[in-house]
Amino acid sequence: MPAVAETLNTVETLTQSSYKWGFETAIEMDLAPKGLNEDTIRLISARKEEPEWLLAWRLKAFATWQKMEPPRWARVGDHPPIDFQDAHYYAAPKKKPGPKSLDEVDPELLAMYEKLGIPLKERAILAGVEGAEGEAGESDRPQVAVDAVFDSVSVATTFRSTLAKAGVIFCPISEAVREHPDLVRQYLGTVVPASDNFYAALNSAVFTDGSFVFIPKGVRCPMELSTYFRINARNTGQFERTLIIAEDGASVSYLEGCTAPMRDENQLHAAVVELIAMDDASIKYSTVQNWYPGDSEGRGGIYNFVTKRGACRGARSKISWTQVETGSSITWKYPSCILQGEGSVGEFYSVAVTNNHQQADTGTKMIHIGRDTRSTIVAKTISAGQSDSTYRGLVRMLPKASNARNHTQCDSLLIGDRCGAHTVPYIENRNMTAKIEHEATTSKISEDQLFYCRSRGLSEEDAVGLIVNGFCKDVLKELPMEFAVEAQKLLQVSLEGSVG
Amino acid sequence: MSDFLRIEGLEASIDDNGSPKPILKGIDLVIPAGEVHAIMGPNGSGKSTLSYVLAGREDYEVTGGSVSFKGQDLLAMEPEERAAAGVFLAFQAPVELPGVNNANFLRTAVNAVRRARGEEEYDAVQFLKAARTKAKALSMPEDLLKRNVNVGFSGGEKKRNEVLQMAMLNPSLAILDETDSGLDIDALRIVAEGVNALRSPSFSALVITHHQRLLDYLVPDKVHVMARGRILRTGGPELAHQLEAEGYASFLAEAA
Repeated sequence: MPAVAETLNTVETLTQSSYKWGFETAIEMDLAPKGLNEDTIRLISARKEEPEWLLAWRLKAFATWQKMEPPRWARVGDHPPIDFQDAHYYAAPKKKPGPKSLDEVDPELLAMYEKLGIPLKERAILAGVEGAEGEAGESDRPQVAVDAVFDSVSVATTFRSTLAKAGVIFCPISEAVREHPDLVRQYLGTVVPASDNFYAALNSAVFTDGSFVFIPKGVRCPMELSTYFRINARNTGQFERTLIIAEDGASVSYLEGCTAPMRDENQLHAAVVELIAMDDASIKYSTVQNWYPGDSEGRGGIYNFVTKRGACRGARSKISWTQVETGSSITWKYPSCILQGEGSVGEFYSVAVTNNHQQADTGTKMIHIGRDTRSTIVAKTISAGQSDSTYRGLVRMLPKASNARNHTQCDSLLIGDRCGAHTVPYIENRNMTAKIEHEATTSKISEDQLFYCRSRGLSEEDAVGLIVNGFCKDVLKELPMEFAVEAQKLLQVSLEGSVG
Repeated sequence: MSDFLRIEGLEASIDDNGSPKPILKGIDLVIPAGEVHAIMGPNGSGKSTLSYVLAGREDYEVTGGSVSFKGQDLLAMEPEERAAAGVFLAFQAPVELPGVNNANFLRTAVNAVRRARGEEEYDAVQFLKAARTKAKALSMPEDLLKRNVNVGFSGGEKKRNEVLQMAMLNPSLAILDETDSGLDIDALRIVAEGVNALRSPSFSALVITHHQRLLDYLVPDKVHVMARGRILRTGGPELAHQLEAEGYASFLAEAA
């Protein structure tokens, strides 16, 4: 098949499947012109057939954003300023030119796929090789991202009906805007207002896709929303918007991301995630983030500037964030909990790994508003190469937070002598009965430990993997089972070549 | 097989604030297959350095001499290659690995070595069966396998854990660096029995100790007296008794 025809065929396959799943409604060959202005936003909104209120909301966010400055307080060194006018804000998926074949892809990225055990065809898809999806589509259907075990279409369909039976709504947010406009309107932007910060405002103005989850009263979501999501993970865009609502007594576990490093031509990723838990509801949100970190010199990596926040609105509600962050060249991310309901619980478990020239400034905010609220923070930071990693966390006890408690544990592990680890805790207490504990340690992988392992027959890399996984155990055990295993492997692969 | 382990003129130094400080100053030592040799000597004589150099620790620079092990150039091998070739060092101060499960560590190590030796890897069931049996023989409480490697272990538990690793890794040359230090008499006997259980025509051991006591249970074929980086005297088991009675003074005077 000639190359042009093949490309056309690929696009066709893609658009059909996308349409089928409703992630895009009007897939054509069109691309919004470069640049960000009111017209761009009107175009996005029109393409997505959005109601007037949402367009107004976007435009207001855009007006706010125009008056804002990018934040400079994060400890992520200098990066070139982002030219927000030099980008397309609306495009059919995967239309930008990618590498022509695997030969043009960073060999280190390919080596990593191999170590993670990803089949050859999927490596090409993940690396964004042109036409790769069409080839894979002949046998597996194009939407398979990582989990080769499943045929995504049939599995996804089964999942959909299971969820529907339970009354759970789980769909692209653009579909939710059409199908469940009242729900979206009631909750969107109530946890992360458009004016919250520079990137949240940008996201509010131009978001194009993301997920919507609604668990009705008393329903325990019959399955982890992980598997389903992973299959569809490739559809996540540059400005992803996720909204999860658990009504009274409802519970859900949601997992985003995948362990395979995803190459993406979009350098900036600015997602917003909002979680809302009512009385006795619980939401567990797990992330494995492995965006392309750039080559060993730090060129070409993703900037991941994300706003994630959960509101424990109801009494005894619970929101738990677990994240394993190994990718991106710059990560700027603080999944937070607003503990409003009496006796509500917030948790944050984090592993952040930086290697080569990666930089991460990540942590959490626990805002205790209601009485008897509790929060736990366990943050593990691993720095290698010439990377820099910062834990930045806020614990705030407001005047009504009687008997509130927080425990924070921050541990840093250094590999080599050219990396940095920093811990920046902010603690504010305005209630005398509240208790706040903060523990922090910094250690290095010692020569003694490495030699001990090697003298027992382990290679240096296996030894580092073992020690690092031991260091992260308290966090990894919070991940859903099947993902914990992959995350362990990922940690080891991320740190290869970091010793010696 | 007479030169199972052959050390000739071995010299090694450690970096001492930028200038090399010689520790081993020409060690000659041959251990034939199937023999247990003891090295005794005062503190600072280089005994532990010798054990580290044989196991491949990179902090020491070998400045002269050679070591051949089963006909191979031992000094050219990485520590993990030495382990696969059959060298095992029981550490004087076993290292703690926080968060690393002891059984998991042991299984990873055993399978790495088995793989390198071209043997089939243990599955979880085979491994646990073997580890439990051997742990029991060493009178180790079973929960030691479930805890993190050496974390919160008593001195005696750490040493027994070393002997358990040795038993599982099935080495052909075991180097025991003061494995007896800090052990009570019962633990000492158990550890010695652990080593004795491995004795065979294809197993040799180099036992570094300060005290003759261990050698009552682990009877050596040869005893070497080491001081100031050299081996001063070699004899039979009776040499250990002589040292116990007379101390090192006369040997040191001889060397000076």
